[in-house]
Amino acid sequence: MTSASPALPLSGLRVLDFSQFLAGPVAALRLCDLGAEVIKVERPQGGDLCRSMVVNDQRLDGDSLVFHTFNRGKKSVAADLKQPADLDRIRTLIASTDVMIHNFRPGVMERIGLDYETVRALNPRLVYGSVSGYGATGPWRDKPGQDLLVQALSGIAWLNGNAADGPVPTGFAMLDVATAGHLVQGILACLVRRGISGTGGLVEVDLMSAALDMTFEQLTCFLNDGETPPRRHAQGNANPYQPAPYGLYHAADGWMALAMCPLAKLAELLDAPQIADFPQSDAFTRLDEIKSVVGDVLKTRPRQHWLDILEAAGIWCAPVLDWPAFTQTDGFAALDPLQTIRTHSGATARTTRCPIRIDGQTLRNPASAPVLGADTDTFLTP
Amino acid sequence: MTAPLSGITVVDFSQFLSGPYASLRLLDMGARVIKIENPHGGDLCRRHYVSDTRIKGDSTLFHAINRGKESIALDLKTTDGLNAARRLIARADVVIQNFRPGVIDRLGLSYEQVRDFKPDVVYGSISGYGDSGQWAALPGQDLLAQARSGLMWLSGNAADGPVPMGLPIADISAGACLTQGLLAALFRHARTGRGGHVQTSLLEALMDMQFEFLSTWLTNAETPPQRMEQGSAHGYLGAPYGVYACASGHLALAMTPLERLRDVLNLPDLIGDPFKDREKLRSQIADCLASRPAADWEKELGARGIWCARVLTWEEMRANGGEVVRQMLPPASPIRIEGKRPVPAPQGPVLNQHGAELRAEFSLG
Repeated sequence: MTSASPALPLSGLRVLDFSQFLAGPVAALRLCDLGAEVIKVERPQGGDLCRSMVVNDQRLDGDSLVFHTFNRGKKSVAADLKQPADLDRIRTLIASTDVMIHNFRPGVMERIGLDYETVRALNPRLVYGSVSGYGATGPWRDKPGQDLLVQALSGIAWLNGNAADGPVPTGFAMLDVATAGHLVQGILACLVRRGISGTGGLVEVDLMSAALDMTFEQLTCFLNDGETPPRRHAQGNANPYQPAPYGLYHAADGWMALAMCPLAKLAELLDAPQIADFPQSDAFTRLDEIKSVVGDVLKTRPRQHWLDILEAAGIWCAPVLDWPAFTQTDGFAALDPLQTIRTHSGATARTTRCPIRIDGQTLRNPASAPVLGADTDTFLTP
Repeated sequence: MTAPLSGITVVDFSQFLSGPYASLRLLDMGARVIKIENPHGGDLCRRHYVSDTRIKGDSTLFHAINRGKESIALDLKTTDGLNAARRLIARADVVIQNFRPGVIDRLGLSYEQVRDFKPDVVYGSISGYGDSGQWAALPGQDLLAQARSGLMWLSGNAADGPVPMGLPIADISAGACLTQGLLAALFRHARTGRGGHVQTSLLEALMDMQFEFLSTWLTNAETPPQRMEQGSAHGYLGAPYGVYACASGHLALAMTPLERLRDVLNLPDLIGDPFKDREKLRSQIADCLASRPAADWEKELGARGIWCARVLTWEEMRANGGEVVRQMLPPASPIRIEGKRPVPAPQGPVLNQHGAELRAEFSLG
């Protein structure tokens, strides 16, 4: 199935995407993969800043590779929102649009005159999605809404890594991707409602709320546990609030992960009675001691030896793989998770596909990101 | 305006986290969620005690993820239980399940089996690793999916071993992907009357989380991302991106042109290629930032437009964060509609709390 297929759930929907960089464009990408027509509105000079944000020195047809991965399959119109003539053309386009998305800082759309209240008068059916770093109010509203900074402020950096480490941020844009998902959910819910009520709605998401949502399990423990700060395990920490043996261990030849498992059962399977010296009730209170004992046992034999024993007994464990190893596995192949995108000039790049399957079909679209302003003449009246 | 999903009923067979997370998102946006639980203890998450904390006998995590839902206990292995489940589904809009592949078919409630008596059902399934291949039968557990996905080599520093994320990112992101697909299918249903089957897995969701990096790696003759020696926060971004220890506290610095930082920190020797020379540049910046408290740097650099933030603990976040943080504690919906964030129900249901009412309402016998 490609995004042109009429069977796709969002086929026929038009999305205007004023956003740049990550959370907004990734939300629009998901809508595009689900069948919507997505039109990026970009400034004529340079367009989306992400076009020039080159990561690892990689480009595709002049734009950064990551720009293509966030914006594949979309169309582009160039418009200078500070010019009344361009703004009028955009207003005309909004009148025929179902969804619009922006991630300007609070107050910017009001100054331009494309805030929800104004735009709703043009098109009462419009669903309006807005992404910010920290919401439209509060002490942090003018801080940059950037993934690492929100991780730093939200306590996430104290959940990863081991007890003796400093703060350990997650090394990828987890909050941008999570926020994009929330925006998609809110927009789609409002579209469902529009089918009944006939009117659109306003959806607002922010990276800080996404951070707190991602941490809801740990935060709930913290709030109900006398507000004891999270205490990362001394070694192989994988969740400060999980008891032993939860975490990572280095077997003789490599790393493995072990999830929840009763201590007595682990002692029996590993033939290590010293583990059984700890009663199950100590699994939280003496977790570092217990994990150290388990680690001493596991380091004596190769990883596969242990996995064979534990998996056969239904214990939850796995090898820790890196990308070269992961992409060689049968599990990776079975998901068929990649696709190749192709630019107009024929340059190609491989990227992941939409993680959602509909009616047993994967959603794929080989189109690359648009050239800046490629579709201006199609969508903007002269 | 009414909540967007008001009038939508979700029948939720899922347990633990990923599926219940999806139905929680639907609930927060106005849907009614009915949990179908086995009579022998119910959702396994009720007894999944992270940290030893519980509310009214069930784990706090259970309450956090099932707040506001209704519960009915049905033994799906009996004819009565199965028939009751079918009657509930017949009058619902959405079905969610996260059993291992094959289990729901044996129970007689797979998508194909449900479609026979409810042709327009919108049906969502979450698995660990998809439905085919050698991993399909493996337990869909968060840490194990993280381990297999390559994600553990992206966080932490160069000399570290693998560093998992200390929160259930696979469960939450798979639940979010399912929610998106279900809503798209509900939208299609409203327009065409067609139902559909929405599927995702922990592994697909984790690959989506890593998609920026994976795409870079796949198109780069597969040179893996390099973690930095200290303060690493992104395998493919150059200096100064990362975390720095200050005289007290830590400071996170996001993308900043080196020449700006050179001026602001008064470091005339801060010269080099942001990526190729990043270790050298990083240590120059680190030496400078170590001289003063993180709070001072945040104030001074922030005022000059540098993208930075102090690394906070939860106590500090709550003291400094304002309205959004207050609204989200205890964890609430991350989505605001028409400016409003729904007020979360304080707790989840007792097992079978709504059994009698649901039996009467849906004529379950």
